[in-house]
Amino acid sequence: MSISVRNITKTFGHFTALKNIDLEIPAGQLVALLGPSGCGKTTLLRIIAGLEFADAGTIQFDGQDITDQVARERRVGFVFQHYALFRHLTVFENIAFGLRVRPRSARPSKEEIRARVHELLRLIQLENQAGRYPSQLSGGQRQRVALARALAVQPKVLLLDEPFGALDAKVRQELRRWLRQLHDEVHITSVFVTHDQEEALEVADRVAVMNQGRIEQFDSPDEVYNHPASSFVYNFLGNVNLFHGRVDDGTTYIDESASGHLLFVRPHLLEIAREASGPTYFRATTKHINSAGPLVKVEAVTEWGAPVHVELSQERFQALHLVKDEAVFIIPKDIAVFEKNGDS
Amino acid sequence: MAGSASASIRIAPPSGYVATQATSEPAVVRWLLTAAALLFLGVFLFIPLGVVFFTAFQKGIAFYFQTFQDPDTLAAIRLTLLAAGIAVPLNVVFGVAAAWVIGKFEFLGKGLLITLIDLPFSVSPVVSGLIYVLLFGLQGLLGPWLIAHGIRIIFAVPGIVLATIFVTFPFVARELLPMIQAQGNDEEEAALTLGASGWQTFFRVTLPNVKWALLYGVILCNARAMGEFGAVSVVSGHIRGFTDTMPLHIEILYNDYQFVAAFAVASLLALLALLTLVVKSIVEWKSGQQLKQQIRSDGEEKP
Repeated sequence: MSISVRNITKTFGHFTALKNIDLEIPAGQLVALLGPSGCGKTTLLRIIAGLEFADAGTIQFDGQDITDQVARERRVGFVFQHYALFRHLTVFENIAFGLRVRPRSARPSKEEIRARVHELLRLIQLENQAGRYPSQLSGGQRQRVALARALAVQPKVLLLDEPFGALDAKVRQELRRWLRQLHDEVHITSVFVTHDQEEALEVADRVAVMNQGRIEQFDSPDEVYNHPASSFVYNFLGNVNLFHGRVDDGTTYIDESASGHLLFVRPHLLEIAREASGPTYFRATTKHINSAGPLVKVEAVTEWGAPVHVELSQERFQALHLVKDEAVFIIPKDIAVFEKNGDS
Repeated sequence: MAGSASASIRIAPPSGYVATQATSEPAVVRWLLTAAALLFLGVFLFIPLGVVFFTAFQKGIAFYFQTFQDPDTLAAIRLTLLAAGIAVPLNVVFGVAAAWVIGKFEFLGKGLLITLIDLPFSVSPVVSGLIYVLLFGLQGLLGPWLIAHGIRIIFAVPGIVLATIFVTFPFVARELLPMIQAQGNDEEEAALTLGASGWQTFFRVTLPNVKWALLYGVILCNARAMGEFGAVSVVSGHIRGFTDTMPLHIEILYNDYQFVAAFAVASLLALLALLTLVVKSIVEWKSGQQLKQQIRSDGEEKP
């Protein structure tokens, strides 16, 4: 089931949450809506679900206009950040809920419901927890139950609102791999909201990077990371150093007095050297060195007094014999250049 | 190794023990405070309650039960049950609806509605009664029209029921509102996306989550409905056997120097109050259990 979002606009009072959003989600894909808080990603997800209604624009499932349908008619599965399990019902009854509330004519028999619920319990690996209450489960288990509950009604699309946001780091990693596997098995068109770029890049087939009610870029994880379409995307997907600069005859110069261009360099794309080389380099003084971890993180201050972060390999660090408060040269290996405009 | 282990235990005693030590008072102070509280309760609560039952049984058990064969007394008991029987269900419907609307939706005039719900708490019951006299009484706003159509409200059963509904309507809404507000919309939204209708969502999700608060509100509402004196007194007209509720009937018996009969009826009301207290503490204990479970479910988010 493909999802088409056409020209969606939504305001809350004077705040514009979404501005003319267009998004085409192909059938069977797992798509991430990625952005900082307040960028409108959750609002967009809730509009797709029918829990919120847009001021203008249309939503289509498989080419069929469903803009005016309410949540219960759209047949979407929705997973909430804080699980939203029915606390007075057991795990079994939670998962069976969507089947039990169907009108008598469409309701499966008791045996069918039991079979379906047990099938889902197997899928989420909680077969022997059927009689427990949500309060007796861990966070990760609860979110798996929420997912099973959403899948029980065989939804046309699966929507997840920061599904791992309330879990601690290790469970989050486990669960997102599990979600990826699940999606490869079930192949249901899925959209999930996250503010964690690592999560989006690892799990999704395609990532929509959002900022201030707009979609900045909608591409594969590889494309958004390696070929960011705007300074915002580059800035949001990982750590960066920001410089001002100018471009003369195709060569980029770091120049703090220039104002025409913004230059971004990721910390691992900066080289530390004892001697200057190439057309682009600057002087700096090392201030803090953190060598715990796979990469050595160096904080330095540039000749014009701005902080700069550099990451280098342990081998390179050993070879340099780098110490604190040492004057060095920093050479950018790759610079992303964006013309300065309003969106950065 | 063993030495260092036992030392570390001594350094870090159970945190609960430290907390009680730090916030506790000397034994003398604790005993004094407890004694003062018990003395106060004894003088103002247990002695009067004892007197009620003592006087009621002063002329023997036979006389006690004879009191309840008096047709006027029986009529008063029936009217009290009727008034409570109408007021409580109506206020359950109203209270649930009001709490639901206030707790789940944003709308203009919400603050005003919350204030209005509290009005019967802040207005003197006598004034509450007078409102109905001014509205439906002979010289009232609607009085002449009502008389012309042969409808009696003041000095009749409808007036008593109306006054009872008015003074008891905050109870259910007030008990439910914090519960409904605390629970948010997530579970309802989940039910909607799973295909449940509005009614299904209400009966299968919202109501089960607030059932103990609702029951608690019903108990308080019922206790007040049966015990209400002021508002009912103003609209009743004290017609023996017709418009006397139990509290009013007690007053009449007392003024007639029928002390034993008055205290016998009073003992029935007191028994009712004691029963309410028992049920109330069971419900409190139950809802406390539910609350504990909720806190546990919110607090323990380990993998």
